[in-house]
Amino acid sequence: MAHTDRKQVPLEFEQPLQALAQQIENLEKQLADNPAIESDLARLHEQYDLLRRSLYSKLRPIDHLELARHKQRPYTRDYFERWDSEWIEMHGDRKGADDPAMVLGLLRIGGHKVVGIGTQKGRSLRDKQQCNFGMPQPEGYRKALRGIRHAEKFNLPIVTLIDTPGAYPGMAAEEHNQAEAIAVNLMELAGVTVPVVAVVTGEGGSGGALAIGVANRILMLEHSVYSVISPEGCASILWRSPDKVSEACQAMKMTAKELLQLGVVDEVIDEPLGGAHNDYDTVATNAKMGLIRHLDNLRNLNRSQLREDRQKKFRNIGAFYEPAAV
Amino acid sequence: MDLKEWFANRKKAADNSQSKQPLTNEEYCALWTQCFHCRELLYTRDLRSNLFVCPKCQYHFRIGAVDRIEQLADPGCFQEMDADLSSADPLGFVDTDAYKNRQDEASRKSGLKEAVVCGTGKIRGRDAAIGIMDFGHFGGSMGSVVGEKVTRLVEHALKHSLPLIVISSSGGARMQEGILSLMQMAKTSSALKSFSDAGLLYISVLSEPTFGGVTASFAMLGDFIIAEPGARIGFAGRRVIEQTIKQKLPADFQTAEYLLNHGQVDMVIERAKLADALGALIDLHQPSAPPKHSDAKDKSKQKVAAQSTPTRA
Ligand SMILES: [Zn+2]
Repeated sequence: MAHTDRKQVPLEFEQPLQALAQQIENLEKQLADNPAIESDLARLHEQYDLLRRSLYSKLRPIDHLELARHKQRPYTRDYFERWDSEWIEMHGDRKGADDPAMVLGLLRIGGHKVVGIGTQKGRSLRDKQQCNFGMPQPEGYRKALRGIRHAEKFNLPIVTLIDTPGAYPGMAAEEHNQAEAIAVNLMELAGVTVPVVAVVTGEGGSGGALAIGVANRILMLEHSVYSVISPEGCASILWRSPDKVSEACQAMKMTAKELLQLGVVDEVIDEPLGGAHNDYDTVATNAKMGLIRHLDNLRNLNRSQLREDRQKKFRNIGAFYEPAAV
Repeated sequence: MDLKEWFANRKKAADNSQSKQPLTNEEYCALWTQCFHCRELLYTRDLRSNLFVCPKCQYHFRIGAVDRIEQLADPGCFQEMDADLSSADPLGFVDTDAYKNRQDEASRKSGLKEAVVCGTGKIRGRDAAIGIMDFGHFGGSMGSVVGEKVTRLVEHALKHSLPLIVISSSGGARMQEGILSLMQMAKTSSALKSFSDAGLLYISVLSEPTFGGVTASFAMLGDFIIAEPGARIGFAGRRVIEQTIKQKLPADFQTAEYLLNHGQVDMVIERAKLADALGALIDLHQPSAPPKHSDAKDKSKQKVAAQSTPTRA
């Protein structure tokens, strides 16, 4: 609803809406004393919606980034709960840790019983700290690996939800060999003989995202982003300037639409106007419908075909010149 | 050459350079190389004949793919594959300079088309598929071409049942190809999955430096992992980690020796012994030679064993 939307902290690109929102608020206060202004109010509401639609129709890459990182953006647990209120969580890597930044569980999505794997950012400050702001440790990737192997053993499809700034650049993470943890997941996900569908729900940050992203089908929410390095990292390395984040966003082609055009992503899932954080139920339903469609579709492949299909997908990614053989 | 002689030569060379036309900066730099570690000024020709290892402190210099092949492969046997693959510019990427220009610049500096050289050859008499990354080309970064060439190498090794050796040296994924670079991690790892399932041997050699997307894909997937002494190896860069955790890291953090102590690599071996080690490792993974006794003798033994079982019971 427009009313509640306006109360939220506006995003940077939503600033032009502020003046209208202010006017609407003023008129609403006077409405009880002066019923005659009702038509003015209605017109303002209309204008507000129009402007909002227009703003959202021409978002810049950095605006998508802002939406993808919105503090109220739905996270993996929000989706799992909505898809299956009785979903059963699995814990730990069986080697000494249970990383809350990686959620693992068994759930039903429509008629499909699946292994669900997703990164989790955490909502409250305490939550965020526990989840390390959605940056899994190697233990988190190894927990995901348990899920991958579990799915393969019981012939269950794998659904992964990706929303992470990336792997954590920490000392212990390096000592516990996060590079190996990610690499092994890439390898094992490539080899499973069950359907794998990944959804980028927020930030797809580099190798830490790809570690649960080697899928037969990759879907992205409308405002989600997916990139080889964070735009901040890219700006500081290539432009040597932290002010060039917007340029980096644009140059890397990290939005859902651009990645669809590049052929890396298979489908873009609509978000409610104003972004997923405005309506969890709608975006969860949209994502669910997309997942069911692709899972149904992948049912037509047998186990070895599922692996071939996935390996072929990644085998074909890349752009280069090669002189024709003589 | 002993140290005294070497110093004498060095002095002579220095005198010569003073007496004749002064050397240009470039010529001087090519003639002499200062050791990054002990700061010793080394005569480049001597350094080369010592496999680019500092004779004083054993610092292992970065070496290019061509030098590495010369050091590693048996003479004259290396056959390069896919040499003509070159980078496209799929995103039309421009930062402070256009990606196209950066590619040309990289090739001018390295003399290579891309950051990996792949082929087949023999190492101490054993056939192998060999991939060698070159940090001197675009920081050894992995874009579509590196991913494609490594993948083709893995596929070739699988098809011909060859042991696979990849020597990594990379700053990570190539940002200028965006998501396509990231996906090369999946592509190479996927190829290695099929290779591994076939029971074939992959030896990964990590050299100074190996980071980011290369470490987090094929470099860490070796059945056996070797690191060169002092090489820095990791996922995240040291500076990024220090900024994140706001503390100083130990001096030897992310070095080959540190990784060995943390169970991440099997062996740290000096460059001069690398070819021997690779040869020995390939050998140890070949099926054992059949016993020299004749088949008939073995069969008769089995018969006896089979007959003796019931009597014992
Ligand atoms: Zn030295």
